[in-house]
Amino acid sequence: MSAPKTASQADSLPAELTESPLDIDAIRAEFPILDQQVHGHRLVYLDSAASAQRPAVVIRTIADYYTKDHANVHRGAHELSVRATRRYEDARGKVARFLGAGRADEVVFTRSTTESINLVSMTWGIANLGPGDVVVVSEMEHHSNLVPWQIVCERTGAEIQAIRVTDDQRLDLDHLDALLGSGDVRLVATGHVSNAIGTIHPVDEIARRAHEAGALYLIDGAQAAPQLPIDVRAIDCDFYTFSGHKACGPTGIGALWARRELLDAMPPYQGGGEMIEEVRIERSTYAAVPHKFEAGTPNIAGAIGFGAAVDFLQALDPETIHAHEKRIARLVLERLADEFKAITLYGPAPDVARAGVVSFTLADIHPHDLATILDHEGVAIRAGHHCCQPLMRRLGVAATARASFYLYNAEDDLEALVRGLHRAQELFRV
Amino acid sequence: MLESIFRELILEHYRKPRNKGALENPTVTVSMRNPMCGDEIDLMLTIDGDRIEAVGFTGQGCSISQASVSMMTQGVIGRSIDAALDLEKRFVALMRDDEGASEDRKLGDLRALQGVAKLPVRIKCALLGWNALDEAIKAHQKSPTGAMGEKLEFEDLTELPAGFDPATHKDDLP
Repeated sequence: MSAPKTASQADSLPAELTESPLDIDAIRAEFPILDQQVHGHRLVYLDSAASAQRPAVVIRTIADYYTKDHANVHRGAHELSVRATRRYEDARGKVARFLGAGRADEVVFTRSTTESINLVSMTWGIANLGPGDVVVVSEMEHHSNLVPWQIVCERTGAEIQAIRVTDDQRLDLDHLDALLGSGDVRLVATGHVSNAIGTIHPVDEIARRAHEAGALYLIDGAQAAPQLPIDVRAIDCDFYTFSGHKACGPTGIGALWARRELLDAMPPYQGGGEMIEEVRIERSTYAAVPHKFEAGTPNIAGAIGFGAAVDFLQALDPETIHAHEKRIARLVLERLADEFKAITLYGPAPDVARAGVVSFTLADIHPHDLATILDHEGVAIRAGHHCCQPLMRRLGVAATARASFYLYNAEDDLEALVRGLHRAQELFRV
Repeated sequence: MLESIFRELILEHYRKPRNKGALENPTVTVSMRNPMCGDEIDLMLTIDGDRIEAVGFTGQGCSISQASVSMMTQGVIGRSIDAALDLEKRFVALMRDDEGASEDRKLGDLRALQGVAKLPVRIKCALLGWNALDEAIKAHQKSPTGAMGEKLEFEDLTELPAGFDPATHKDDLP
């Protein structure tokens, strides 16, 4: 085992690694939940890839909405409804700007990334797929960007094919070309950042190749939007989806962005109030987008909290958050590799496009046992298949431990992880 | 706390599980998966009349699930079905932290798992093999010969054992 590196040895690191571009202490002060002890230790939250925490401004915004302005939206008959509608639609504008969308009405509020993808599969998919058509996903997908396509393929007779993962744990773009070569691909659907191993996919390149082959491109941005600058027009994708709760926002709210002409052509997803224009017993006409896809009273407070969350990220600057992620990912990968002989690290090398999501196994200690031991040291990680069973199969493991570092995590959290892993080795006599 | 869970005996069973491997001609095979964490075992039994002649298992999981099933096989091979069910009842009592369960000498090595009772989120790991055993015995009792060769598959959705009172374990809940 090599000598442990400490912050005092940071001068041996490249210049861009010596200091985080974020003021971590100031950021932590905005997250009340982080200020607590777990099992007698400072809480070290390394599970933001499962769900991030919320800054006080998001919690305050939701409380403020319920305290002062709540009523149902789009009814307009009284002052509170006007205010609620304005706050709800303002939030849509914030999310649209956050994604680099040209117009607010291209953003549909959903429950989550999962629901956004199901909305596309059940509307666009049912209307446009048939026998002989192909939907291309990848071996690295979260189940939420795989199972909806399996369901729609089963219904429509279309076929599902998967881009292979290379040995260095990236998407095999040559294989994508081979799949597109059939001329039958109608849609390519991939993640933007792998929630399991942190790979950042070259989405603009995938968009270009998909379009050249006449296919549309959907991106599962659940793991990317919280930590990368997103510009859906620059990427030139057709659908982009993400969730509030991984981006410092509330649970139960997500967004689907799609080009306006696609949304216009898609049939409604669910029927009910809010989504109609005129209703007769036999048939109805539907509201214009985005309301056509928002049946029933929406998650108003969730959307408003979501708006506050993307404002918070915008104020920190996604470019800066990404620089912080790159830096911390590299520190974590190098430190763990130096410190633990028996560690296996998954995902691309530190110098390749990757996020601060670090998956690993340590000696023969099962990831669930690692998670239990780390929990007792105050360190929260995730253990399991990370909703990516095909990827786990590809990597030849049943489960990994995953430490995900976000904008409130710094070197002291890494050191707490290192201490916890030493404790695990000691308990397991490794 | 952690020392009381990851004991020497548990690690020893985790690294050198007893009776691991497939049986040649089991009379009943139960596959039990925990879809939440991915732990899975195939438990094979050869039951002759009322007697459990042989037990084997394959699969993978954490130290607690693997040690528990390994010790379980030792506890039930060569015993009657009633004795196996009695042992299961005693083990569930240990996981529920019932009065006196940790002193139950009939549990033998299984008492090493008593620390898991203080860790509600891991109790399902310790019970995975026992839930498989329970299903296997039920299948055998329904059809003592008919179950032969057919693998029965289950998803173990048990979060906590019946009768477990989270109120007494407040400090350990996630």
